[in-house]
Amino acid sequence: MSSFPEDLKYAATHEWVRLEDDGTVTIGISDHAQELLGDIVFIELPKEGAVITAKQEISVVESVKAASDIYAPISGEIIAINEDLVDAPETVNSSPYGDGWFCKILPSDPTELEELLDANGYAEICE
Amino acid sequence: MGYQTPLYQKHIDAGARIVDFGGWDMPIQYQSLLEEHHAVRQHAGVFDVSHMTIVDIDGSDAKAWLQYLLANDVDKLNEVGRALYSGMLNESGGVVDDLIVYRQEVGYRLVVNCGTREKDLHWMARQSKGYQVSITERPDLAILAVHGPESIDKVCTLLDPDLSARVQALGNFRALESGTWFIARTGYTGERGLELLVPNEDAPALWDQLLTQGVKPIGLGARDTLRLEAGMNLYGHDMDETVSPLAANMAQTIAWEPASRNFIGRATVEQHRIDQTNGLLPYLTGLVMEERGVLREGLRIVCDVNGQEREGVITSGTFSPTLKHSIALARIPTGSTNCRVDLRGKLIPVRLVKPNFVRFGKKVFE
Repeated sequence: MSSFPEDLKYAATHEWVRLEDDGTVTIGISDHAQELLGDIVFIELPKEGAVITAKQEISVVESVKAASDIYAPISGEIIAINEDLVDAPETVNSSPYGDGWFCKILPSDPTELEELLDANGYAEICE
Repeated sequence: MGYQTPLYQKHIDAGARIVDFGGWDMPIQYQSLLEEHHAVRQHAGVFDVSHMTIVDIDGSDAKAWLQYLLANDVDKLNEVGRALYSGMLNESGGVVDDLIVYRQEVGYRLVVNCGTREKDLHWMARQSKGYQVSITERPDLAILAVHGPESIDKVCTLLDPDLSARVQALGNFRALESGTWFIARTGYTGERGLELLVPNEDAPALWDQLLTQGVKPIGLGARDTLRLEAGMNLYGHDMDETVSPLAANMAQTIAWEPASRNFIGRATVEQHRIDQTNGLLPYLTGLVMEERGVLREGLRIVCDVNGQEREGVITSGTFSPTLKHSIALARIPTGSTNCRVDLRGKLIPVRLVKPNFVRFGKKVFE
C-alpha cells in the first residue's frame, strides 16, 4: 500500500509539497507515483535559480518502464536541487518523502498552497 | 479478471503486481524489476510462462507439413530432442508468429506466443488441409523457465540422480522427455537455463522447491529487459504480420536450401531478399545510447542514406540494467549512417550495433 503522509500537500499530477518553517517549500513525487513508475534510472532536475509557474514541466523522471514529466505544484524560484539524485535516482523509490526530494522552491504566491490536495483528497484520486 | 496459470496464487503470495498480458493475469514484477534482472544475470530466476501456448503435432505428414508451415526447416532436427527457432509466415511474407519447435520421441512440439494463440490455431488448422496431421493444444501443461548461471545446478538438485545427469548433459537447444515432464535447454534471456514443461498439477510444488533452492521469482518486466539485452525479438513489437522476417533480423531462421522446399511465403521473402540488397527493404538493428535518457518503442530515428535524410523507428527500447545505459532495436533504412533519435524534439546521436547486447552476463558488442 502507498503511504500518504498527513503533513504534506499533493498535486493531482502526483507531486508532494511540504511547507517548511522558513516559508520555503520542498517538493518530490509521491509514494504512489514511484510505485507506478517502478525502478527509476534517470532524473533530469530543474536548474537552480529558475523561476517557474505552477503546472509548468520542471523535471523528467525515467524508469525502466516509462518516462514521466514532473510539474511544478506551485510558482516561485528554485532555490535548491537534490543533486544526489543524479547518481542515485533509486533514492526516489526507497525514500520518496525523505532523501528522494527533488527541489526547494521559494513560493511567489503562498496562497497557491491552498489549492493543492490534502492527504485524504490525494489518496482518493489514487484509488 | 483474466485467465490464470496454476501459479497465480504463488505470484500473489510472492507479492507480485499483476497485470493483464494477452488476456492473462500475469506478474509484471515482484519487488524490483532491476533486482530481478540482476538475479537472472548473476544467479538464477524462475519465470511462470504458462500463458504461452503449447501445440503438439503428430501424424504421418507431421514433418512434411511443418516443412511447409515454417520458414525454418524441421529437417534440421535430425535427432529426437533437438529444437529450432522459426517464423511462421503468411503468403505475403509477414510473420504470423515466431515459435520454437522441438522434435519429440513421437511427433513435434511447438511453443507459440500467448497473444497470438487463437490466430495461430486457426492458421494451422487452415493450412493443414490435405495433410495427415493432428494439432493438439496442451493447456494441461505449465511452463517454468529457470534461467541464470546457477539455474541448471539448482534445478538438478530437485531431480533424481539419473535425470539430473541427463539434464546436466543436455546441450543448448536440446530437450528431453522424462515421464510427463519435458525439459528443454531453451529460453529468452541470453543466459544458461531450462524451460520445464510439466503437468499443471506439478507446477506449484516445483515453484516452491525452486524458491527454497534460492531461485528468485522473476516478472514479465525483467523478462522484457533480459530478452532485449539478448537482442531477441518480441512478437507484436519487433515484427508482426506486416513485417518481413528479413526486416526483423530473422534471416538466419529462413532455410533457403533445399530450393525445392516450398514453405508458405517463400516466393515473397525471396523477393524481399532482392529488395533488401537493393536498399528497398529496411532492416532491424541494435541501437546504443550511452548518454542519459531511455530509448523507447515508437521513437523516431533520423538517418542519412546516400546523402538523403530518411527515417526509421524504434521497435523495442529500454534501459539496460546490465550495461547501465539505454539500448534498443530499431527498423531503419538499409544503408543508414549518422543515426539520431528524436528525444523530446532533440536529435541525439545513437550508435548502430548488431542486435545482441549481453550474453552470459557480459557485454558482447564493441
